[in-house]
Amino acid sequence: MFSTQTNPGHASPAPSGSFGRLEARSGAALNADSAIAVRNLDFVYAAGGPKALKGVNFDLPARQVTGMIGPSGCGKSTLLRVLNRMYSLYPGQIATGEVMMDGKNLLDADTDINELRARIGMVFQKPTPFPMTIYENIAFGVRLHEKLSKRGMDERVEWALTRAAIWGEVKDRLQTNAMGLSGGQQQRLCIARTIAVKPDVILFDEPTSALDPISTLKIEELIDELKRDFTIAIVTHNMQQAARCADQVAFFYLGELIEIAPAAQLFTNPRQAKTQEYITGRFG
Amino acid sequence: MPSSETPHTVRSYAEELRRLRDMIARMGGLAERQVADSTQALVRRDTELAAEVVTRDGALDQMEREIEQFCVRLLALRQPMAADLRLIVACMKISQDLERIGDYARNAAKRAIVVSSQPLFGSMNGFSRLAVLVQENLKGAIDALVEKDPARADDVWAADEPVDDIYNGIFRELLTFMMEDPRHITAATHLLFVAKNLERIGDHATNIAERVHFAIIGENLPDERPKSDGASYAVIRAPE
Repeated sequence: MFSTQTNPGHASPAPSGSFGRLEARSGAALNADSAIAVRNLDFVYAAGGPKALKGVNFDLPARQVTGMIGPSGCGKSTLLRVLNRMYSLYPGQIATGEVMMDGKNLLDADTDINELRARIGMVFQKPTPFPMTIYENIAFGVRLHEKLSKRGMDERVEWALTRAAIWGEVKDRLQTNAMGLSGGQQQRLCIARTIAVKPDVILFDEPTSALDPISTLKIEELIDELKRDFTIAIVTHNMQQAARCADQVAFFYLGELIEIAPAAQLFTNPRQAKTQEYITGRFG
Repeated sequence: MPSSETPHTVRSYAEELRRLRDMIARMGGLAERQVADSTQALVRRDTELAAEVVTRDGALDQMEREIEQFCVRLLALRQPMAADLRLIVACMKISQDLERIGDYARNAAKRAIVVSSQPLFGSMNGFSRLAVLVQENLKGAIDALVEKDPARADDVWAADEPVDDIYNGIFRELLTFMMEDPRHITAATHLLFVAKNLERIGDHATNIAERVHFAIIGENLPDERPKSDGASYAVIRAPE
């Protein structure tokens, strides 16, 4: 009499539309060459004392921003101090393990510290301009490493200030004292001073915690710009800042690296319970 | 990863997240009731109950708006991360699913009023069974969110097949009635829509289950889920 049938031939094909790989920020894939490779890094502030860093392993991918987050005392600033051997200024502080850069362990005793600091620059929490002219703030460091003609130095100063997005604001007062600049301008001047010696890596230790929101955004924009040429590590207490700036984010807790992942993954779906608790504000 | 049980450092924020879950639970409860009542109105030919369902739909629309506003506020003021962020985004989308479920229930109720003015034929058992199944799935999906139980959400997600089977049965039955007597066409056409509405409500329940799974686990369920809705391709052959 009546028969019903289904005709599977009408089944619609699987949707082929896709927006492709969606990245919140454009950038190279995270598995790019690493500028610095840290292996089994331990650190103590005094021989026999507790370890401030315990068996830390990770890479700083070249020309990318690595954010480091974690509660106070987790070891993230200590790690920055190890990367440019700042700890060597303090007798008794000991780092063991490897910090490899161009096939050389930076922790080796024969590492030329001055040369190292030119290759790995650092920007601190509080702007630290020298009490001299804006021009001299930049030229001072360059002179330690290079002999440039007057014209060459002028060009280098303009280049560094331009890259640090402050040239337009200071070009007419290069010979005035840098201490007269605003906090945000001073910080950008310090960034200019750091990049003037053409380092490979720039370490930022809480670079905006003393700045107002607009100056903060300018620095963040600058970091985004600088990563085209430099490898960047940024320690920040401000998780949103790490989320905005970093390509990959490392979470430290009690001297251990708990988790390192692309920023979008770490902030939407962290793998470790401790990371989850910290970034959702459940401890720390 | 499952959301953490460690209490939030900022108590008022934890309180807001709890409140968001409560809002979804309340809205889910009302949506369930709308589904149950619209089917009840159809089966019992109760036009008063049907009219109530139609009137009550405004409350679901209002709840959706409030949940959305609340979520936008949380996003702006708390800058949520990880499991909290996923929960808030999921709740925004779940409230849309629930609002849509309400629309389907309202539409079914309107058709119940028309159907009850038409002569009775056939059995309404299929509709009752369909409604019970989609209600169970809806309740399961919302409970999974409130109790943070991903396994429950996965159960709902995998349980849509019987809904599709009953829907297919009703579809064929109604086509047969229409072939037998053209005077059944008006009521049967409305009933087809009611059945489709219930089937769509079931689909939204599985959507909710998917969103709950994502909120808790952080990863999406696979694209393909068990499905046996063949009614879209059904053909009836007229007698020779």
